[in-house]
Amino acid sequence: MVARTLSVALLGMSGAVVEVEAHIADAIPGFQLIGLPDAALSDAKDRVRAAAANDGCPLPAKKIVVNLSPAALPKQGSTYDLAIAVAVLSAEGLVAAEAIASVVHLGELSLDGRVRPMQGVLPAIVAARAAGYTRFVVPRGNEAEAMLVPDVEITTVSSLRDTLIRHGAELDPEPVEPITLPVPDAVPVDSGDLADVVGNPDAVEALVVAAAGGHHLLMLGPPGAGKTMLAHRLPALLPDLDPEQSLVVTSLSSLAGQPLTGLITRPPIESPHHTSSAAALVGGGSRVIRPGAAARAAHGVLFLDEAPEFPTSVLDSLRQPLESGTISIHRANAVAHFPGRFQLVLAANPCPCGQYGTSDIPCTCTPIGRRRYLARLSGPLLDRVDLQLRVNRVTSSAVRLRGEGAAHTTTAIARSRVVAARAVARERLSATPWKTNAEVPGAWFRAPARRLAPAVTAPIDRALERGTLTMRGYDRVLRVAWTLADLDAASAPTAEHLGWALYLRKSVAA
Amino acid sequence: MRPKDELGRRGEDLAAEHLTGAGLTLVERNWRCPAGEIDIVAVDGGTLVLVEVKTRTSTAYGHPFEAITPGKLRRLHLLAGSWFEVREAGRRRPFRVDVVGIIWPTLGDPNVQHLRGVS
Repeated sequence: MVARTLSVALLGMSGAVVEVEAHIADAIPGFQLIGLPDAALSDAKDRVRAAAANDGCPLPAKKIVVNLSPAALPKQGSTYDLAIAVAVLSAEGLVAAEAIASVVHLGELSLDGRVRPMQGVLPAIVAARAAGYTRFVVPRGNEAEAMLVPDVEITTVSSLRDTLIRHGAELDPEPVEPITLPVPDAVPVDSGDLADVVGNPDAVEALVVAAAGGHHLLMLGPPGAGKTMLAHRLPALLPDLDPEQSLVVTSLSSLAGQPLTGLITRPPIESPHHTSSAAALVGGGSRVIRPGAAARAAHGVLFLDEAPEFPTSVLDSLRQPLESGTISIHRANAVAHFPGRFQLVLAANPCPCGQYGTSDIPCTCTPIGRRRYLARLSGPLLDRVDLQLRVNRVTSSAVRLRGEGAAHTTTAIARSRVVAARAVARERLSATPWKTNAEVPGAWFRAPARRLAPAVTAPIDRALERGTLTMRGYDRVLRVAWTLADLDAASAPTAEHLGWALYLRKSVAA
Repeated sequence: MRPKDELGRRGEDLAAEHLTGAGLTLVERNWRCPAGEIDIVAVDGGTLVLVEVKTRTSTAYGHPFEAITPGKLRRLHLLAGSWFEVREAGRRRPFRVDVVGIIWPTLGDPNVQHLRGVS
């Protein structure tokens, strides 16, 4: 007797539907699990046997063979337990084979027969739905997460017996306390208001520009200038995620093992410490490939504080995602892909002692020390950062001005400007695959349809001629200028916008 | 005779009866040699059948079949060699190993299960 059901093998964000086949033979009792399981999955035999016995529907004393197909796909983890148990008991005749054949079962069994919640339910269901499957059985503990996926039929179960009854087995229901994940108390995310920033109006404006155009940003300045404070206020300036982005961000959060209560609609921020390894930053792991900080920051902000303190190799691992918008992790037995379209914010001191360029304390670093320090941010990486800006310490006059109630930007005002500017950009880019100015290749802005008057581009044309600006730098200035024009609701950048854009890019190069 | 040996004995008697009923011809029972014992030797058509009988009063310690470990099966195959040596002067013929598992509750009727050709 053979019975079949389905489960999902997750590899990164993508998943493959796995067929779980069970065969029962009249032979010396045994349990064989074939189809490239790893150690945790091989333990499923013992978990399934114990769970079935303790839930009052013991496995038959016969030879059981369970095959996970496609056999070539490496499978890991404990999330096939429920599918295996259901397939075996159906092969034994407890449940009709047709009842389970097209149902995807997800969940780990505990020894008492209850179903444990698992990580990655959301991406698993999304992957199976993409493959054309619509009926799912998931642990009760993952109910909130599973319900986020539209257009599928979700059944939540708390035990193996419960599952069998749902499939039509003639068993008496035995209510049990479902296993749930601890739900963290909702911590109100208080990233602070932009109005808290004293002084540095240029930096605040640059932050708004970065948010409006999706530009990567480098802030260079002495300790205490407020770089970190500024960076943490960036996500609040970004517009809400669209439904597609929400699903991606929520899936990644699910893969990272964070309990979910609902769809994440605000852009995330990740700020890994500078001792992070490349695997921690982009993702890694030998069996289960987990998303790193850069993937978890997808559609949000990746903030690298003290960027030159990161090992160069770690920073350069970001070049691929910055280039392609996807993170690919290659391992001997598999390749996993994660979304990698994040907004990069780098903060750095100008030199190891941090004082270079300040007016109050003299720098104690040697010239070569200074050069080496910033050279750790490699050229190809900095090439992708449109906005490079110097942040200075707050002066006493700025504090005094602030006390007198000088105009300052609040997060709410800045966000409405950002949303308006993005709407203008989206309108302009509606016929293209891009959404923000930062994604647009320079050639598109230089095309005849959008070419600016020579009088407008004169400053950057001159810089290009003199060699102080490369062609790539030229394109970046153009991109930022368009964002500035969007913020001003201008139909095209003016000479003033270009001057500003040039300033926002060149203020570091010194 | 200790109760457990007595149960084993009763089980073997029942198994012999069951095998005869299933069309096998008994050759001998409890054949012993220094390497161990074969519970029942029978013939099914032209094939020699070595039968291991396992009897338990309940499945509390597992089904009788679960007590037939790979090691025990290996020993039965070795015993086959000795049996041919002693009884047939070393002329080997095709043979198979069968297992009879009996659950015989203290108060109640026995349940006999017969597996043919286990390996």
